[in-house]
Amino acid sequence: MTPTHPATRTNPPRQDRGVFGALIVIEDVSKRYPDGTVAVDRLSLEVPDRSITVLVGPSGCGKTTTLRMINRMIEPSSGRILLDGADIQQQPVNALRRSMGYVIQNAGLFQHRTVIDNIATVPRLLGWHRQRARARAAELMERVGLDASMAKRYPYQLSGGQQQRVGVARALAADPPVLLMDEPFSAVDPVVRRGLQEELLRIQEELGKAILFVTHDIDEAIRLGDQVAVLRTGGRLAQFAPPDELLSSPADPFVADFLGADRGIRGLSFFTSAGLNLDPAPVVAVDATAKQMAKRVTPDVPYVLVTDVDGKPLGWAEPARWAEGGKTLTPYGQTFEFGRDSLRVALDCAVLSPTGWAVGVDRTGSVVGVASQESVATAIRAAHAERAVRARDAAAPGTGARGTGAPGTGARGTGARGAGPAGAARRGGAGGEAGGAPGSAAGAGAEAAQ
Amino acid sequence: MNGFFDMPSDLQHTWLGLVGWHLQESLVPVLAGLLVALPVAQLCVRFNWLYPPVLWITTVLYAVPSLAFFVVLIDYTGQSQTTVMIPLALYSLVVLVPAIVDGVRSVPAETNAAAVAMGIGPVRRYLRVQLPIAVPAIFAGLRVATVSSISLVSVGALIGNQGALGNLLADAMFYHRPILAVSSVVTTAVLAILADALLVLARRLLTPWQPPGARAAARAARRGGRGAGRPSGGRPHSRDAGEGPAPALERVP
Repeated sequence: MTPTHPATRTNPPRQDRGVFGALIVIEDVSKRYPDGTVAVDRLSLEVPDRSITVLVGPSGCGKTTTLRMINRMIEPSSGRILLDGADIQQQPVNALRRSMGYVIQNAGLFQHRTVIDNIATVPRLLGWHRQRARARAAELMERVGLDASMAKRYPYQLSGGQQQRVGVARALAADPPVLLMDEPFSAVDPVVRRGLQEELLRIQEELGKAILFVTHDIDEAIRLGDQVAVLRTGGRLAQFAPPDELLSSPADPFVADFLGADRGIRGLSFFTSAGLNLDPAPVVAVDATAKQMAKRVTPDVPYVLVTDVDGKPLGWAEPARWAEGGKTLTPYGQTFEFGRDSLRVALDCAVLSPTGWAVGVDRTGSVVGVASQESVATAIRAAHAERAVRARDAAAPGTGARGTGAPGTGARGTGARGAGPAGAARRGGAGGEAGGAPGSAAGAGAEAAQ
Repeated sequence: MNGFFDMPSDLQHTWLGLVGWHLQESLVPVLAGLLVALPVAQLCVRFNWLYPPVLWITTVLYAVPSLAFFVVLIDYTGQSQTTVMIPLALYSLVVLVPAIVDGVRSVPAETNAAAVAMGIGPVRRYLRVQLPIAVPAIFAGLRVATVSSISLVSVGALIGNQGALGNLLADAMFYHRPILAVSSVVTTAVLAILADALLVLARRLLTPWQPPGARAAARAARRGGRGAGRPSGGRPHSRDAGEGPAPALERVP
């Protein structure tokens, strides 16, 4: 069940608001300051449970203001915000805030407290016994990938990335249903940021929170978001859509401009490589005889891929020279995991390959087949066509707007963004049930390949 | 060193007795000053407009000579320790108020925001987050106030032997025993240095969370800042923590 687009929403799905319903509903909210500046202008959004909703936009677009209105650090001038169906204005403010984890840029850790006491802050505020709070904090340290030996350290003894992990653990400590994240990863270097993003997707996979994530980085928004709200300066909503829809059909020139170049290429991240027609013919084992080799070679294939006896790729060889005993191999470059990696990864492999052919492998790294740039292009065309059909079906009366989520998102998620099956499950709408993350390591591998 | 520890009988104190008296007369005002400065500083943090007038008042108070205070106070509190301690307490405010205000203000915005977002109320936030983080800056102020107070106590000799070790200065003149003046000056200086060292130690014990580099930086800042009389030395993060009123150390009784 994918959240509905506000434009196509007919009725707020009030009774539908179950596990996957909208946990936070922002209704026509504005924030005007006495000096006349408008930070947020009549914004309506729904943040569904068990999904990541990203607010993205240039500075001054009111994204942080929006986030802070949800935990009432800023009060809206008009409109209302519902949490699980109840108006947040009616709730005691500190209790409300304790029910929402908050992660901020630079982590905002309490520098005078140890890591474990930082994480235990909210449980302690909620009146937990010290021992219980610390046990919970230790559990969370493990969850966010911090070594237990860091428990007694002070924030100054941690790197930026580690501090941010503590920040995330602290936000999760009391197991709040909602996580508000205000540019949490923008102050760390790109490599660490990537790691933290991976980690967030993994944690989300395990915990299934309603996450509202603010960033100015559109790539981060596309990587993390189940849906992305693009805001323009002046606090107006420009577009609210899943990331692939954003890339393929930006609502207006502002959104297109904000998305930047390479929209088409980046959109390929949301197509699975499973639709690719892999050719197993030009693949030979290293111990193949000249006769076997000759059988494989066709005039239009100047190269064959030589594998070891287990099927792992070794390199490209020219058939004629190989047969004469000139055992030189051209490096095969990068590989993509067939069915899990996206078409973007496959295309990248094909472009980078010295022979112009991408090498597809299975989960174990054995070669499944090779694909030419032309066949990748064919797969891209097919995927686009398939999506067009889905969009038409979705728009057709009777099917309803909600249909968008069902078949399409599965393909979109598979291997997309390197999140592996985690991403697939999440996008398929089964996010919550998909328990552990088998193969999230493979997902990370795919990431590296990308 | 003959006579260094031999106190004239009119002082009615042994050398150690004078030391104890001196400490009491100098430290109680600093403590009282701290008790006044904490709420005043918090008000200044809360209401920004209050800070300039408060600074102005503390500076003016500091500019009033102690003799003038004595003349006024002597009608109410007589020739007593209290008469000496009241101006000392008021003087300490000129250092303590800005130290605390700057310390609390130097708490990073995101730390404050995180505290608010976690549902920590204003009182608890002040006591559990802002004050602890301001401890280095507060201690920097306390050190200046303490040392300055220890040296200023001597002025109490002017109102009839209420200056503890300062009384020795008067006696040195009366009895033509310069060694008493030496004793007074050296003992006072040693007391000031010891008190300062104790405060440094206390701050270290209270702030295990400070990076060692920050301490080194703070030391460097102090070394450079002493001449200008800046009550710096606490927090390297708060660039303006040391921008308190300048003349704190320049005052002579």
